[in-house]
Amino acid sequence: MKNFSGKALRWEWRDGVVELTLDREPANEIGTSLLGELEQFVTAMKSFEAETAACIIHSAQKRGFSAGADLRELYHGAVALPEKERNAGVRDFVERCHAVANAIDAAPFVTIAAVHGVCFGGGLELALTCDIIIADKMARFAFPELRLGLIPGFGGIPRLKRDLGNGFVRDFLLTGRSVNAARAHAVGLVAQLAGEGEALKVARATAAQTTKFDATTRREAKKFIKPIPHDQLRAEIELFCELFSRPTVLAALKDFVERDKANDPMAYLPKSF
Amino acid sequence: MRTLDQTTQEVVDLASKHFNVPVGSLAPSDDFFKKLGIDSLQALELLSRLENHFGIELPDYEVQGVSDFRTLAERIQSRL
Repeated sequence: MKNFSGKALRWEWRDGVVELTLDREPANEIGTSLLGELEQFVTAMKSFEAETAACIIHSAQKRGFSAGADLRELYHGAVALPEKERNAGVRDFVERCHAVANAIDAAPFVTIAAVHGVCFGGGLELALTCDIIIADKMARFAFPELRLGLIPGFGGIPRLKRDLGNGFVRDFLLTGRSVNAARAHAVGLVAQLAGEGEALKVARATAAQTTKFDATTRREAKKFIKPIPHDQLRAEIELFCELFSRPTVLAALKDFVERDKANDPMAYLPKSF
Repeated sequence: MRTLDQTTQEVVDLASKHFNVPVGSLAPSDDFFKKLGIDSLQALELLSRLENHFGIELPDYEVQGVSDFRTLAERIQSRL
């Protein structure tokens, strides 16, 4: 299936490049609908990977690439279940997210995230599966999970550690602060900076360049320079599920949902340090 | 070196332009969330724009609880 249009995303294949467009209001929060369609995408990838040189993942939502996991859905789904089922449900969701992330990470073509606006939490974890991140100069990146009593759970820490130095990784994770595109570029998280509103255009030019190379060489080079940290990814799932089982996490999710519902302007910003 | 008044005016001008609110309707002591009608994601847009404009990095925990232009300018001033 080379073209698809769903409720939360769509993709279009043309001349060896597939563009995956995230498009779920308000900011591409990753919940069951977006995850389900990402699973459809990674399944469909198999059918066109042999004739594909590159994939661009970008967002049609004005606010950004993705604000991360759908915390409203996560909270409402969790409180509706008894504790044992709640933990099993979260584990299932996280395992599904990891399967999608691992498939994109291992894709035999070049993957490019074209990022604008917010790229937080699960959104950043999705971008980190890509080989190249191209950022609009107004993009902003964060792993704010610690304020919820959690760690990033969709593969963020192992992939961040794979790609960047510990000095930045620890500061970024342990403060939960957001960083702008210039900082993200300086530390190597972002490969290329684009002017405002130009990230997709730059990504398309980059994708076009990758189509010039031999497919086997491209695939083998990628495998050689970008090994997938499977053991650490498994450990991350276990730690995330262990942390999620604590009552403090549900309380933090409840606080976020209530502040968001009350239009608290600070809902997306860290509450306290 | 900018004075705090100059920094404050630049913050107000930039917010006015970015969120398309008449500059004359904004005062340094205004609550920018209410006056600009923005939420936390838009506040992060403003933060990025301010960082780019002043050439600084302003961790969001340093602006936690800040809601008026003048105090925001003070935080920026400390990074200039």
